Amino acid sequence: MNAVQHPLRKYLRPSVQATGFCPGCGDGTIMQCVLRAIDELKLDMDDFVFVSGIGCAAWVISPFFNADVLHTTHGRPIAYATGVKLNLPDKKVMVISGDGDLTAIGGNHLIHAARRNIDMVVVCINNGIYGMTGGQVAPTTPRGARTITTPYGSLENPFDIAPMVQAAGASYVARWTAYHPRQLTKSIKRAIEKKGFAFVEVISQCPVQFGAKTGAGSAVEMLKTFKNRSISVNKASEMKPGEIGDKIVVGEFVDTDKPELCEEIAKTKKRIGEEK
Amino acid sequence: METRGIRTGKHFMMGNVACAEGAIAAGCEFAAGYPITPASEITHTLAKRLLEVEGYFLQTEDEISAICAAIGASWAGKKVLVPTSGPGISLMLENIGFAVGVETPCVLVNVQRGGPTTGAPTMGLQGDMVQPRRGSHGDYEIIALCPSSPQDMFDLTVHAFNLAERYRVPVFVMSDAFVGHMREEVTIPQPDKIDRVYRKTPKEGTDLSKIKVFLDEDVAPMPIFGRGFKSHVTSSCHDEHGNRNLIDPTALNNFIRRLRNKILKHRDEIVQVEADYDGCDLALLAYGAVARCAKEAVHVARSKGLNAGYLRVITSWPFPQQEIQDLARNVKRILVLENNSGQYYPYVKAESAGNADVEFLPPEILGQVHGLDYVVEKIEEMYR
Repeated sequence: MNAVQHPLRKYLRPSVQATGFCPGCGDGTIMQCVLRAIDELKLDMDDFVFVSGIGCAAWVISPFFNADVLHTTHGRPIAYATGVKLNLPDKKVMVISGDGDLTAIGGNHLIHAARRNIDMVVVCINNGIYGMTGGQVAPTTPRGARTITTPYGSLENPFDIAPMVQAAGASYVARWTAYHPRQLTKSIKRAIEKKGFAFVEVISQCPVQFGAKTGAGSAVEMLKTFKNRSISVNKASEMKPGEIGDKIVVGEFVDTDKPELCEEIAKTKKRIGEEK
Repeated sequence: METRGIRTGKHFMMGNVACAEGAIAAGCEFAAGYPITPASEITHTLAKRLLEVEGYFLQTEDEISAICAAIGASWAGKKVLVPTSGPGISLMLENIGFAVGVETPCVLVNVQRGGPTTGAPTMGLQGDMVQPRRGSHGDYEIIALCPSSPQDMFDLTVHAFNLAERYRVPVFVMSDAFVGHMREEVTIPQPDKIDRVYRKTPKEGTDLSKIKVFLDEDVAPMPIFGRGFKSHVTSSCHDEHGNRNLIDPTALNNFIRRLRNKILKHRDEIVQVEADYDGCDLALLAYGAVARCAKEAVHVARSKGLNAGYLRVITSWPFPQQEIQDLARNVKRILVLENNSGQYYPYVKAESAGNADVEFLPPEILGQVHGLDYVVEKIEEMYR
């Protein structure tokens, strides 16, 4: 019997004992940041519905979070979450999934949810590769990187996800790396409190697939790279586009207030009721 | 509260509009869809009507999003409708399988149009009859209903909601451009005369590790979101409590068999046909728009002294095995009429084997309902 329990253990399903994440994976760090944000905001897990898609990142919440959890098909968590949120507007709806799930197969849902500005939090864990299926190129893989399906290097340009979601109309967009857990926790808290579509991208290390296939190295080496390459949004805004190069721009991209879909629907229903 | 906004009375109404009114009458509170001909009038009607009853119609970025949002809404506790046509169903199929796998009540309306592919959007074809049954990957059962008239579009939409809620399954309404765009008298009953079924849910405070909430052949209560159940809902192979199990073949065996048996065990309660073939040598078998022609052709044949009868299939899936065996034992010959190249026909032929000869009659031109004279001539030829 061990009397000492992790302070965040209370948020996990009692029946689960261990995660299936590979050694060195960033998902555990990000899982802690999400739970810490909920803890610091003094929210209850019953205030939330969590929705995930397919891929390693989807396993952050399923089956671990002791809450209502909907583990959906590949690419579709935001579409499912939209139906949940519209019909449980008083609950907080959070999607946690990966870059392949949210920007490749599910890219359409991501930009349209941002455009609608529906109130939900989307945490996108971006490891730049398909980890679970064996290290295939993703829409986020850097140009030139070798993966199992780009044996001579990727010939395509990667998505710059955070600015893309900002351009699509989200109320809140931030980006951090797995090297920045404190800043990340703060942004997740802000995202949870934000009324509107709140998107947090986390650049994360996958040493087993990305590290090994592209030569980025071990988890520690990748985290050091994140540290050395990260520059703030403010600093990046003062640089010329060509100067940014392989830097990782981190920080809050946007934090604004604009009409949110659930509130607009509620107002419309009220107006129709009054007109009758 | 649920009876609000029902348009009780007699109306001259388009089939698609009757479907939307059926949804409102059944207590539907959420619908999601993407514009598609010839189903659009359902969404047009619901876009207005749902807001009037404090529901919502969401026009999505594509059909995949529509089915996903509807399933999400169903887990939020709402009755949901997804109107579309064949190309939309093609896009939705993976997630219709999700609805089957996590036992989500939802109603899908396929106002069938000419296919394959983009085909002819304004022409009716019964071209997707096997798609609900076998379209999504894996091994599963489904319920599908076939309306023949605007009145059926109302009645069978209400019935589809009741079946979906009773069995925690997706239910298809297999209409087509003819029935969807047909205008006829539609009677909408008094609210208290409309049968409305609501899904069972666990009592508040229930510990889900103590009761079955999935994979009960007699249908488990649905642990809908927002009530503190801490439900774990995954379409991956799971047990009765929603715990994922990807390593044990017996878990997969249970997952497949119990989901199928939920429908197969209750086949007799689900299957509906309309039969009129007592003492007949020949029976026509048809469904949907074509069933109207089959019935009329039988009427004309009888006036000419021929002892022809008919079986109208209302529930195309689960397959009306017993009803078609009974038919095959009672008549010598069965003529299957479909506005397609023979999709339901092989199933009827297999079920009738050894008892009756089964022939197939497509329309003269695919995309048109069979002409009356054409069918009557065929009947006369079969009696010669």
